[in-house]
Amino acid sequence: MLDNDAREAVGDYKAGWHDPENSTIRFDAGLSEKVVRDISELKNEPEWMTEMRVKAFKHFDERPMPTWGNMSMLKQIDFDSICYYLRSSKATENDWEDVPEDIRNTFDKLGIPDAEQKWLSGVTAQYESEAVYHSIREDLEKQGVIFLDMDSGLREHEELVKEWFGSVVPYSDNKFSALNTAVWSGGSFIYVPKGVHVELPVQAYFRINAKNMGQFERTLIIADEGSSIHYVEGCTAPTYSTDSLHSAVVELIALPGAHIRYSTVQNWSANVYNLVTKRGIAHEKAKIEWVDGNIGSKLTMKYPSVILKGEGSHAEVISVAYSGSGQHQDAGAKIHHLASNTTSKILSKSISKNGGRGSYRGLVTVSPKADNCKLNVVCDALILDENSRSDTYPTMEVANPTARCEHEASVSKVSDNQLFYLMSRGHSEEEALALIVNGFFEPFTRELPMEYAVELNKLMALEMEGSIG
Amino acid sequence: MSNDSQLLKIQDLYACIDDTSILKGINLEIKPGEIHAIMGRNGSGKTTTANIIMGHPDYEVESGTVELNGENLLEMETWERAREGVFLSFQYPQSVPGLQVGNFLRKSVAAILGEEAAKGKEFRNKLKESMKELDIPSSFLGRYVNDGFSGGEKKRFEILQLMLMKPKLAILDETDSGLDIDGIRTVAKGINAAIRGTESGALIITHYSRILEHVKPDKIHVLISGKIVKTGGPELALELEERGYDWLEEGSED
Ligand SMILES: Nc1ncnc2c1ncn2[C@@H]1O[C@H](COP(=O)(O)OP(=O)(O)OP(=O)(O)O)[C@@H](O)[C@H]1O
Ligand SMILES: [Mg+2]
Repeated sequence: MLDNDAREAVGDYKAGWHDPENSTIRFDAGLSEKVVRDISELKNEPEWMTEMRVKAFKHFDERPMPTWGNMSMLKQIDFDSICYYLRSSKATENDWEDVPEDIRNTFDKLGIPDAEQKWLSGVTAQYESEAVYHSIREDLEKQGVIFLDMDSGLREHEELVKEWFGSVVPYSDNKFSALNTAVWSGGSFIYVPKGVHVELPVQAYFRINAKNMGQFERTLIIADEGSSIHYVEGCTAPTYSTDSLHSAVVELIALPGAHIRYSTVQNWSANVYNLVTKRGIAHEKAKIEWVDGNIGSKLTMKYPSVILKGEGSHAEVISVAYSGSGQHQDAGAKIHHLASNTTSKILSKSISKNGGRGSYRGLVTVSPKADNCKLNVVCDALILDENSRSDTYPTMEVANPTARCEHEASVSKVSDNQLFYLMSRGHSEEEALALIVNGFFEPFTRELPMEYAVELNKLMALEMEGSIG
Repeated sequence: MSNDSQLLKIQDLYACIDDTSILKGINLEIKPGEIHAIMGRNGSGKTTTANIIMGHPDYEVESGTVELNGENLLEMETWERAREGVFLSFQYPQSVPGLQVGNFLRKSVAAILGEEAAKGKEFRNKLKESMKELDIPSSFLGRYVNDGFSGGEKKRFEILQLMLMKPKLAILDETDSGLDIDGIRTVAKGINAAIRGTESGALIITHYSRILEHVKPDKIHVLISGKIVKTGGPELALELEERGYDWLEEGSED
């Protein structure tokens, strides 16, 4: 049951309720080598993983904060006040009935079990540091598809994990990938065997429930030759007056001819720092797509990347960002064309409102050896009022003259005439604005599974409420 | 005299935009079942009149009244007017990228005529029929509202909305400009069917006599510098086309 006294929800954030913490194990706040070793010991990990964690911790400790993005917000993160490990349930269950009732209620409210029955191949649900529920359809398991939480993945498929973990995003990549590698817990481990097509999406849902919590899931997806998979993730947290930190690392490996699509709709509450490193490697003729929606959080810094390593591989990053009051979405994409005949497409759409700030930060490179590459970058921003802000920082480094590059950027405002037109068709000002905003996001929403698209449209309509002054 | 016999009644309407006065005492009455036309040179205030009836926020009404079936329209928000049955076919329809035509039509009909009217087979059939009448290919349902439409396609799409929304008062602001000859005939047919013999009325703003030959308006009003300076029957359209507007200017000898 929801504990009303414990409710500290502020504003009208929809997923802002929280459950009483029912933690089996909660580490004291703060980070040290001991905390890192304790996490590893608690999980009974092999020695190599413990060592990697410790190295990563040292790197994190020495590495300065990034000097871009939003430095003044980054400076406010108090690493000492964060709890780095919190386990609320003893085990990862594969039957919702066995998940502790209060946690199950949370996911019920978020509609996860319902969605699972209707349109998913598998589900993993993470609550704080650990996955509390996990299941995959039997037929996929029979075809050899591995879909586990990362901790079980390490236990049951150590060789695979050892081979690929950190191969796409090494801990030394950036300060937050180092932090994640040091204290990671949960996340998904997926292996799709050669030629297997997972038709329905698999879904992961991440919920931070406690105050001052740090969630550091780690996801690794390997799609073997000619296989395909669509992974969908959603995230929410309660609204607290103090900050939480979500810092994930996601690594994708698309072997020759494989296709991975990774869709995210993050709707963190406005007190969550969302600092995530997402990167994939596409081998010959493989295809990686990031479909990335950033609606919530206080500060998001996230630039899904693809390394086009194999000839004829293809990358797509489609992202939307919504920044409301007090929010900064610093999002974008990075694509590296290392091989010939590789193609990439970036579409970034951002909306800022009520003083929110949206930034597009993109980097596309073409190496000298990569002939006949095609790249296309489109960034559109929609600003809803005078106090809001939108910036673009597009960078292209093209070292091969045969590359064909296209770049378009636009900043627009909602015009009175557009609103008037829609209002003359019976729509209130808020409804009219929601129609315009959802239309602006449409190139993104049409890439999402239907159920997500409908949710996202509703979410944006809610965000537009009370926005007319 | 009772207001109730008037569908639209505009009395002594004065309006300005940014302190520039544009409408200087408009009087206009339309009875149920009637079709009126407004003609007048560029910048005389035709679109302004239409926008004020619909409630565009940029204009300030200084004095006067606008009533629909005796109800004060000026006190209503634009969407309330739409729900009361006022429809404006825009001179310059706005595009809404990403908003699909089918979705937009369904939502708009639901907003104006209620959820039930936008559901089921009846609505779909009416939509299909009307699109056929207007020569709008069904592929348009998947396109974005007015996005990349040609001038004539935009106008046809305005009339499609008119046909689905069944307004009490239809205002057509230069819907005929940009339409080809067949388009004008089709639109005129649509207007006659929607208004003649019903309780609804229409106000057609135009520069050309061609559309008026097809709809045979009950009255034609000439607007000059924010004032109606002459009202006549359908024959006035041809006269204006021949003689222009100079003879109607204030201080003119004629
Ligand atoms: N937003 C505005 N700001 C300043 N002036 C305006 C504005 N809107 C209209 N006007 C002015 O009001 C006058 C009337 O304009 P209106 O659009 O009503 O003319 P119209 O009769 O419809 O002309 P047309 O035949 O060219 O469509 C014009 O002089 C126009 O420049
Ligand atoms: Mg006009």
